[in-house]
Amino acid sequence: MDKHNIILIAHGQFESGFLSEIAEEVALEYNCSVAVQESQLDLMNFYEPTRRQYDGYKLLKEIDGMNIAGYTKKIGLFRVDLFIPILTYIFGQAFFKGNSGIASLYRLKNEQYGMKPDQDLLFHRFRKVIIHEIGHTFGLIHCHVPNCVMRSSTYVEDIDQKRHHLCCNCRSIIAVNEE
Amino acid sequence: MSKNISILIVDDEESVRDSLYNWFIEDGYRVECAGNAKEALSIIESREFDIVLADIKMPGMDGLEMHRRIKAQNKETIVIVMTAFASVDTAVQALKDGAYDYITKPFDPDDLSHLVRNAAKQITLKAENEALRNKMNELENVEDIVGKSEGMLKVLKEVKSVAQSNSSVIISGESGTGKELIARAIHFNSPRRYFPLVSVHCGALTESLLESELFGHEKGAFTGAMYNRKGRFEMADGGTIFLDEIATISAKTQVELLRVLESKSFIRVGGNKEISSDFRVICATNKDLKKMVENGTFREDLFYRLNVVNINIPPLRERVEDIPMLMNHFIIKYCTAMSRDMVTIEPAALKRLEEFEFPGNVRELENMIERAIVIGNGKEIRLADLPMGKDIIYSSVESLDDLEKKYILQILNKYDWNITRSAKALKVDRVTLYNKIKKYDLSTGKS
Ligand SMILES: [Zn+2]
Ligand SMILES: [Zn+2]
Repeated sequence: MDKHNIILIAHGQFESGFLSEIAEEVALEYNCSVAVQESQLDLMNFYEPTRRQYDGYKLLKEIDGMNIAGYTKKIGLFRVDLFIPILTYIFGQAFFKGNSGIASLYRLKNEQYGMKPDQDLLFHRFRKVIIHEIGHTFGLIHCHVPNCVMRSSTYVEDIDQKRHHLCCNCRSIIAVNEE
Repeated sequence: MSKNISILIVDDEESVRDSLYNWFIEDGYRVECAGNAKEALSIIESREFDIVLADIKMPGMDGLEMHRRIKAQNKETIVIVMTAFASVDTAVQALKDGAYDYITKPFDPDDLSHLVRNAAKQITLKAENEALRNKMNELENVEDIVGKSEGMLKVLKEVKSVAQSNSSVIISGESGTGKELIARAIHFNSPRRYFPLVSVHCGALTESLLESELFGHEKGAFTGAMYNRKGRFEMADGGTIFLDEIATISAKTQVELLRVLESKSFIRVGGNKEISSDFRVICATNKDLKKMVENGTFREDLFYRLNVVNINIPPLRERVEDIPMLMNHFIIKYCTAMSRDMVTIEPAALKRLEEFEFPGNVRELENMIERAIVIGNGKEIRLADLPMGKDIIYSSVESLDDLEKKYILQILNKYDWNITRSAKALKVDRVTLYNKIKKYDLSTGKS
């Protein structure tokens, strides 16, 4: 996988060190280099007032259209509530076998569910969502192995039940795809 | 399951088609799209689809008419109609005409995947023939349950026989024996495996939080409840709910739990609608529930409802012969995770492990191996790398080093020995932390 370089494009303010740590973990998981960059994109263009959310479908296309020299995969990171036209919300999404993905930590926060804030848990969840979406760009579909990061999760609790690693099976699929 | 199932998406909006296409492709289905009914019908003429997901309102031919024609072509095809709120009436008409179900736009991600999984399950079940279904397959997803001892083989045999049924199960065993792994094994070898396994750690939550966790809550039910939230019983619909540390729940929660088990329905906190859910329940405990029933701290009726099958996991000290296998398993796990070369183990160290009592069972062994790999020489786990390999000399005066050591250990334990998180909390980098662990000879086994 060493022919890939991933760039995480941060939209909005993230706690210092938070993203660099995530980048480090992503780099370990996919064995490639990962950089972090701040975005200048004006999110107002993606705001949908009737839903009071941001259009993840348009954002994904926008990210996909960005030309950032030296990087083969681009992942947009957000703090705002994302939706796609057909779904009430998404944690993230990516182009299957493509080069781009997006992820938001908005719905990953405990506070959204009336529970105590938990910065560590938030970190774990966000890391898993990002690694998951990148997996899709490498052509991985949802995996039935219980704690594989590619297991589909529609609830935060589902995310908590898996690890942030690919299972052996998913790993070998990437290896074959990348040959 | 989804591998061979094909879906045709019919919608006139490109963004809807694209989003759904991507969603289902990532879920492993075979997917095609059509922008209108005419196009859809001509695709269906040349290829068969298991599921058609169609918008009910489209220019040209509407979804109802298209549905009739699809059914005329192949009545096995499952048609799910998508509708906006305004046209629910039409959707109901579609149901009368034999549509499988309808869904209102925009949908919750979970509702969508549930609906399609249910449809897919119906297709798969139809396809599987009876003989094949009854064949006892090998257990799957049990790689993490390691051991060939008589005790573990018995446990696995019980897992196999109980997996196919719907019975409630209580898994008992000391802490660290891996009760959650057994619960997973049951779920992932049961017909419910394509639906969620939802875990609740009852001991970690207060009575009121547990209630909201289990039954969900409506928006505004209490301060901070910004969204409606499904409870674990609702999430487990079609699947399994795993209640860990069941002995810790309060008398009130016991009553409520019993009611849910009897009626398979409940009401969200702050809500008024009865919600039903089809789940299987698996509990775990390190307490003697029977004794708790005798002394009146656990309801007898609840106990009998939960304890249809009991699986007891033996403590590690009663299956010493599994230690070498377990050790290898953890060496592979951690060397791979840390991208290191595989290490071996010195005979003296192995002997000491086999003699050790392991009050913390497999989890304690796992922690020891992880630590030994972190602080070791990278080639071999030596006796000195194990916490019990050295005599500890206590000094009466607490030096600065002692304080640092204590503090680091406290943080490490807090973060379950996750080096990255601990290093962050300590505001040092990981290399520094590794060096400190080595310097102070810290371990997970004691503190
Ligand atoms: Zn996914
Ligand atoms: Zn996997």
